[in-house]
Amino acid sequence: MDNHTEKSIGHVQDLSNDGVNRRGFLKCMAWAGTGLVWTMSGGLSASRVFAKTHGKGASKTSDFSFVQISDSHIGFDKAANPDVTVTLQTAINKINALPDAPDFIIHTGDLSHLSKPSEFDTLDQLLRGTSAKQIYFVPGEHDMLTDNGEQYLQRYGKGTKGNGWYSFDHKGVHFVGLVNVANLKAGGLGSLGHEQLEWLEDDLKPKSSSTPIVLFAHIPLWTIYSDWGWGTDDSEQALSYVKRFGSVTVLNGHIHQVMQKIEGKISFHTAMSTAFPQPAPGTAPSAGPMKVPAEQLQRVLGIADVNYVVSGTSLAVVDSALDASK
Amino acid sequence: MKGTCKSRTSNSALTLTIGLLLIVLSGRSSASQPSGSAIHNLVPATNSSDAGTEIKIDNFAFVPGALTVKTGTRVIWVNHDDIPHTVDSTEGKFRSGALDTDDHFQFLFMDPGEYQFFCRLHPKMTGKIIVQP
Repeated sequence: MDNHTEKSIGHVQDLSNDGVNRRGFLKCMAWAGTGLVWTMSGGLSASRVFAKTHGKGASKTSDFSFVQISDSHIGFDKAANPDVTVTLQTAINKINALPDAPDFIIHTGDLSHLSKPSEFDTLDQLLRGTSAKQIYFVPGEHDMLTDNGEQYLQRYGKGTKGNGWYSFDHKGVHFVGLVNVANLKAGGLGSLGHEQLEWLEDDLKPKSSSTPIVLFAHIPLWTIYSDWGWGTDDSEQALSYVKRFGSVTVLNGHIHQVMQKIEGKISFHTAMSTAFPQPAPGTAPSAGPMKVPAEQLQRVLGIADVNYVVSGTSLAVVDSALDASK
Repeated sequence: MKGTCKSRTSNSALTLTIGLLLIVLSGRSSASQPSGSAIHNLVPATNSSDAGTEIKIDNFAFVPGALTVKTGTRVIWVNHDDIPHTVDSTEGKFRSGALDTDDHFQFLFMDPGEYQFFCRLHPKMTGKIIVQP
């Protein structure tokens, strides 16, 4: 699995044994704070350090950009971040400062921490301040705590099917929001379920193979670390439906850190959280909130700016930490 | 069945009031009543086997992961983790709802058998209670 993004952004942890009690301080934390641009041409990846070339202004009408944010966990108030609304606001300010306003925002789930109405209210209020005209959501497991996601569906489920899946087209790109956090089975990973998979297959059928596809869901659609539940049991079937397409981008959240993988014409990307970081796989006793020194918090939280260029064959994803300057 | 026992003062007062009322009305030992009813979660301990046995939830794990008890035992799960978890019976026999840090859930096991449970948020977290006669 490719971890280039991890190295260049400097997601380096002290792996020695005095190490990572995730609720204690991380003593060694190297951080470069630069954004890395991944682009793909014909299935091969090339990377270049993000520079001021970004943001000259999209000259072609079909070029566009959007932003992925994830895991805002409104309602979380423990040591790893006592006020997640502050860091979410920082992320919003960062979005608003982008040279090209994104066409929309995609939130890949865990909007709330405990599915409380007040948490969703607070999130909505904050997101009203973004420059984006539209926000698309998929739920995380933290949004499903009341009767299989009723609170979430009431607010964000309009026009969706089942537990909240849907698709839309934007400037020639086909976006599909999937829900893999409902009806989870004991001992299992994320789950899409038979009904949603059938819907997905039908949804993609009429699309020509040259249509760029973006799938987004909360839990990663590839197995990053099974012991911590970082994967989806039936994602292989979903991915089999997109194999024929020339460009597929999969955007996920849930793990609160950036991971990327390229498999053929499918590029996978997980986003940082705007609330709190989590440890890298296997580096801590469990996957939960990881406390870092206060001055470093903004380096481990961030957004992803995704650019689609018509002349290219794919979408370029740029992760940047909250304190990285553009 | 949704558990109703969480650590809140008002719930404790209500628990005691309803519990006392039930003891007066029932006039029988709690061991002979069917398991799984919500009422049992409100009845305070009336005999020694009902002393309460604790499962700690921490670091995304139930500790111990397997517990053997006698019928009539009340098991209490306490969340010591800094993230919410749930306690859900795989057969729908009990369901805690979201337990945040320091919340707890309890269930009185009346019938012998094996009761598997897991966390609905983090389904890799599993455990079981073995209830012996």
